[in-house]
Amino acid sequence: MRELYTPNHSAVHRIDARVKVIFTLAFIVFLNLTPSGAWPAYILFFTWMFSLSLSSRLGIAFVLKRSLLALPFVLAALPLVFTGPAPLGQIPVLNTPSLTYSVVGFYRFASIAIKAWVSVMAAVLLAATTRFPDLLTAFSQLKVPALFLTIIGLMWRYLFVISDEVTRMLIARTSRSATAPGSNRSGGSLFWRARVTGGMAGSLFLRSIERSDRVYAAMLSRGYTGQPAAQKTTRLQKKDLLALAAGVILLVLLWLLGVITGG
Amino acid sequence: MEPVIEISNLSFSYPDGKQALEGINLLVQPGEKIALVGANGAGKSTLLYHLNGIFTGSGMIRVNQLELNKNNLPRVRAMVGLVFQNPDDQLFSPTVYEDVAYGPTYQGLDPHTVREKVALALKAVHMEDYAQRNPYHLSSGEKKKIAIATVLSMQPQILAFDEPTAGLDPRARRELIDLLLELQQTMIIATHDMNMVEQLTPRTILLNHGKIVADGPSLDILRNDRLLMTNGLI
Amino acid sequence: MLFSPINPMHIPDGFLSVLLSIVLWVISVVLIGIALRKTGQTIGERQVPLMGVLAAAIFAGQMLNFSVTGGTSGHLLGAAIAAILLGPWPAVLVMTSVVAVQALLFQDGGILALGANLFNMAIIGPFVAYALFTLLMKLFKKQTWGLFVAGFVAAWSSIFIASLACALQLALSGTSPANIAVPAMGAIHALIGIGEGLITIGALAFIFAARKDLLKADANKPARNIGVVVGGLLISLVLVVLSPLASSHPDGLEWVAEKHGFIEAAREAFYNIVPDYSMPGISNPALATIVAGILGAVIVFGVAYGIARAEKRPSAQDDAQR
Ligand SMILES: Nc1ncnc2c1ncn2[C@@H]1O[C@H](COP(=O)(O)OP(=O)(O)OP(=O)(O)O)[C@@H](O)[C@H]1O
Ligand SMILES: [Mg+2]
Repeated sequence: MRELYTPNHSAVHRIDARVKVIFTLAFIVFLNLTPSGAWPAYILFFTWMFSLSLSSRLGIAFVLKRSLLALPFVLAALPLVFTGPAPLGQIPVLNTPSLTYSVVGFYRFASIAIKAWVSVMAAVLLAATTRFPDLLTAFSQLKVPALFLTIIGLMWRYLFVISDEVTRMLIARTSRSATAPGSNRSGGSLFWRARVTGGMAGSLFLRSIERSDRVYAAMLSRGYTGQPAAQKTTRLQKKDLLALAAGVILLVLLWLLGVITGG
Repeated sequence: MEPVIEISNLSFSYPDGKQALEGINLLVQPGEKIALVGANGAGKSTLLYHLNGIFTGSGMIRVNQLELNKNNLPRVRAMVGLVFQNPDDQLFSPTVYEDVAYGPTYQGLDPHTVREKVALALKAVHMEDYAQRNPYHLSSGEKKKIAIATVLSMQPQILAFDEPTAGLDPRARRELIDLLLELQQTMIIATHDMNMVEQLTPRTILLNHGKIVADGPSLDILRNDRLLMTNGLI
Repeated sequence: MLFSPINPMHIPDGFLSVLLSIVLWVISVVLIGIALRKTGQTIGERQVPLMGVLAAAIFAGQMLNFSVTGGTSGHLLGAAIAAILLGPWPAVLVMTSVVAVQALLFQDGGILALGANLFNMAIIGPFVAYALFTLLMKLFKKQTWGLFVAGFVAAWSSIFIASLACALQLALSGTSPANIAVPAMGAIHALIGIGEGLITIGALAFIFAARKDLLKADANKPARNIGVVVGGLLISLVLVVLSPLASSHPDGLEWVAEKHGFIEAAREAFYNIVPDYSMPGISNPALATIVAGILGAVIVFGVAYGIARAEKRPSAQDDAQR
């Protein structure tokens, strides 16, 4: 498991994390509010994210590739193409009989796929240009409860340690998953394989529970009292606020464009 | 005699670009006990992982004349038993018995044969009485022996160990070395424990930055202070 | 090892209507708020590291898999085992952490859709699992196998019921017709749920052998969480009844129409303020698309050019900032 954050000195990296969080959320909300078939608006939403990705210097290929990850889910929307309302179009399949599809349904489907794709781009950009502690600070300044942020902070602290542990367990299992000489079958029964995997999970959880005892002791020895450390809140700078406001206004305009041009 | 392991010109880089092995050439004869030494990060574990195809670098590896490739990986894995440094990563069943039975059960052997193999493996590590115990609560030394039993039950000709004595108290270490002396299989042992090398493995291979810098009788290498010094072992 | 987020229950953005997303966000936030309050009251600070580390373990544990057939594999989601080990409210917090971090940092599930994903996986999951587990444990009191039956049923249901909720949400959003989404999602997850159930049995067997005490802890005081038990059962009942109903009336979900009505109204209002003829071209979709395309290309080119220029110059500004 690898962290997405990629250190860089780009302008996008330097923006206040709060601004990035709010803007990303607003961007996704307005993009999703845009009705289906609003191609001009989609193009401009995409342009915007594409430009931001360029200026983040993450490598545009990285952002585009990573954002395709959500696409398998479009299968869920595929039926729209065939069950949508009239007018119906025909795709000739081996001349006859032909496949009937709904034009509106197809537009809806394409719109969903585009929205999903551009939304993930926005999320990738946020995660790849913001350090996790900065995100936590931003959330705390945005009044997310401290208890919750403490839990997430601890989770992040141990996530990579524990996922290395899982990787080692999987390797150890693989190295014992062999075929006997002169035999062709192997693998055991499905139920047995599932149960073994469950044993690995059980062992992982127990080790983690016991690890949490040590973590607790270590936290106590460093003066943990159950109260999360107070975060000092810095006000957003004026230029950040202005940029955020300008961004949201532009989003509203884009959304309006979508409302006019969409179906 | 034909070598049991034949490695020629093996090189390997991790996905992040770190070159961990470079031009490794190695012949191992049946029954040999070999120590693999080198400073932290020298590439010992990486080399061991190649022996049963967990990593695949460029170059050629043959185990029992069988060239390691995707198709015969499952067969090679039955010939090479890999014992990991942390037994907790290797033990995941509610009982010792089930853990030792994993390999044979996966091979699709019938229950009777599985039982026999488990009994033999537990006997080999002198842990017959532990079959119904839960591995989670055993001592480090006991866990280590069970981990060895889990690979012995597949009757591999080659055993590969990653730092077997790390974290054991003196007595558990003593017992483990005695056990390894008893076992007849070909052994490759990655270790920092020079005393064990002296007692257990007549041949030593010294790695540095992914390359073999020395390969010869353990006693010669252990006495060569300059060699050990330049390779970060004293 | 890279985490590969192809999980059929993490809904990405784009698939849910904004209204529904917001409603589910509000419901989830309220319930998570209750979980925070309850957890803060009833358990010591000692539990905080436990929840954090266990959240990490569940996240990482989702990489544990077993091969099923033809390249597919079974995974663990973990809501049930969390509810069994920790009790319902801490489990809600643990699963919330897992699902939220997956969305925010690994793009597994959307950000606007996070409310829905939290509702399905961090609330329905633990609630349903806890309710059924508690109920069955009462039924099979003292039998060891009862633990495993209860664990299996709890785990299977947590997946299956959550997937019904997910399917209904997609249908309500007009993304996937209910008569296709509900049976498809339900069927896939009835299978995935078996994997979850079997892995949960394996995990319980391991924990039962090694640390029996952990499984006793919460079973003694179900009375305290009677609300969760009732809630979990109600959720299951409603979803099980509602789903077939919805899928037999695929067009009966008026929300979609309502949303269209809203967009029409917005459009009307807009044209009242800015008359159509004052923006030639915008009302012509094809032309507007072409103009947007050209504009987009120009913007991207401009940004790229600007960056290239900035890169050529020695980056004195960057150094000063460091
Ligand atoms: N998963 C990985 N990704 C990238 N680099 C790795 C990975 N694992 C190991 N390395 C690097 O490869 C080199 C060899 O590592 P290896 O674990 O084989 O060393 P070792 O000799 O076993 O060391 P030690 O005595 O510490 O166990 C090291 O430089 C290490 O940093
Ligand atoms: Mg090593």
